[in-house]
Amino acid sequence: MAQSPTTLSVEEVARLAALARIDLTTEELEHFAPQLEVILDSVASVSEVARADVPPTSHALPLTNVFRADEVRESLPVEAVLANAPASEDDRFRVPRILGED
Amino acid sequence: MAEVTTTAELMDYDEAMERFDPVLGLEVHVELNTASKMFCGCSTAFGADPNTQTCPVCLGLPGSLPVVNGTAVESAIRIGLALNCEVATWCRFSRKNYFYPDMPKDYQVSQYDEPICFDGHVDLEVNGDVFRIEIERVHMEEDAGKLVHQGGDTGRIHGADHSLVDYNRAGVPLMEIVTKPIRGLGTRAPEVGRAYMAHLRDLMVALGVSHARMEQGNLRCDANVSLMPKGSDELGTRTETKNVNSLRSVEGALRFEIQRQGALLAEGGRVVQETRHWHEEGWTSPGRSKETAEDYRYFPEPDLVPVAPSREWVEQLRASLPEPPASKRTRLQAEYGFTDLQMRDVLGNAGSLDLIEATVLAGSSAAAARKWWLGELARRANDAGVDLADLTITPQQVAAVQALVDEGSLNDKLARQVIEGVLAGEGEPAQVVADRGLAVVSDEGALSQAVDEAIAANPDVAERIREGKVQAAGALIGAVMKAMRGQADAARVRELILQKLS
Ligand SMILES: [Zn+2]
Repeated sequence: MAQSPTTLSVEEVARLAALARIDLTTEELEHFAPQLEVILDSVASVSEVARADVPPTSHALPLTNVFRADEVRESLPVEAVLANAPASEDDRFRVPRILGED
Repeated sequence: MAEVTTTAELMDYDEAMERFDPVLGLEVHVELNTASKMFCGCSTAFGADPNTQTCPVCLGLPGSLPVVNGTAVESAIRIGLALNCEVATWCRFSRKNYFYPDMPKDYQVSQYDEPICFDGHVDLEVNGDVFRIEIERVHMEEDAGKLVHQGGDTGRIHGADHSLVDYNRAGVPLMEIVTKPIRGLGTRAPEVGRAYMAHLRDLMVALGVSHARMEQGNLRCDANVSLMPKGSDELGTRTETKNVNSLRSVEGALRFEIQRQGALLAEGGRVVQETRHWHEEGWTSPGRSKETAEDYRYFPEPDLVPVAPSREWVEQLRASLPEPPASKRTRLQAEYGFTDLQMRDVLGNAGSLDLIEATVLAGSSAAAARKWWLGELARRANDAGVDLADLTITPQQVAAVQALVDEGSLNDKLARQVIEGVLAGEGEPAQVVADRGLAVVSDEGALSQAVDEAIAANPDVAERIREGKVQAAGALIGAVMKAMRGQADAARVRELILQKLS
């Protein structure tokens, strides 16, 4: 309980937004940072009940080695693939040009 | 058009080698040849129409769930074992988060700190010297889609106005093989880098886990290079040249970066940590700066359960490994009786040893198989600008042609025409022989008549042969072969001439 709340700086939120290619104004950053902090705090409260003898896990079920056979299944028709695309051209997704990467 | 020159200052290679020790790090991506993708049942076939091999899973549609392709895991373990790696007893997939339209999910499923295989090595023999390359890890991931940049110059992004994306390749199983820093190669570094890539290509073919076609991007190398001043033990700043996709390019990119970095450091400048692009004309140009270390915010993939290969399974796979390429080379050289010089020619022709082996297995002698693949066929591959293995003729067909030569139905010249026909898609050798009417005339009557005519038309030559000048027979053989339009067995013609004139 009442641990010092996770602090998430506006700078960190700005960095996350940049990584996610989301353009946020200063006002938005200041608005979202405390909200994200609340989420982080809520999740962090899990570690209050997790004691040293409870190992971290990445999956709810104790399963391993769930494999499928290497068999080809039917793909979607290209019309369906592109149905929700904001823009397409020559049966391809059309996206804005991306700067700074290749 | 991309510029074809570089503005980078280059240091003379030998001088760079006198002043610096290069350190390499090679990351090779191998596309597996499974029928279906890594996490869904879409086909991996190359060259399909855009976006016809996609589904909710590989398009990252909400609610879709991935399931691991068991064969891909098996291939990953076999690759690791062939590289003398340990196989993890338990490992997970992770999400590598990045936002770029080649990845519709906005993350790539990969492995982060728990690779399936790790701590291996390969010993490379390069022109008589052996170099050990330590393997850091082999991990499983999925390939990305393909972008075409429209509106500006093709390919590169500059001036592009929008991009078109094809997700057929997104989700194709990809193995990443990463070396530990490779030191101590000195002046041989570019050559060893190339040999390593060639070794991996041969190994993937031997394992049967990848088509290993470099020109189709099945095998792609990211080449890291840094320089240490001689006598120093401190690693320099490295650059990573991305997507170097041919053996020649691997050697060229390493050499170029050594010369470029050498010039920079000698002038008291510093190397910028960055990714660089390789240009086939032989130079690299700066890409993204890595000053702000990439932040992929990896976390364990919650949609996939861990992979925990049992030791029984691993040992089964180990037992199924093919003969390592190096010992196979030694064995075949001995079996085929090739001299060192002949063997060097064979190894210098990518893929020819496997083709020769398959031709011998199909019934040909080793000498004849070598003659075809390194002679006529190498010449034709070279003319067409393709690899030997990409010629549209199989080892079995070559062996069939050779069998016709051995039984006397074809002479060398006709055999080459049959080869030409098979390459042109005219069918099996027997079909080409029939359609083109290429068989050597075995009708003794017709042959005998042609010989008589040649003798009658060249009385002076005939006279000299009668006098014992056997070497003059060549002129008559030529005349008979011409009359038979090449379709005679020259040895038989010679016999007949000598018989008749004795
Ligand atoms: Zn799919």
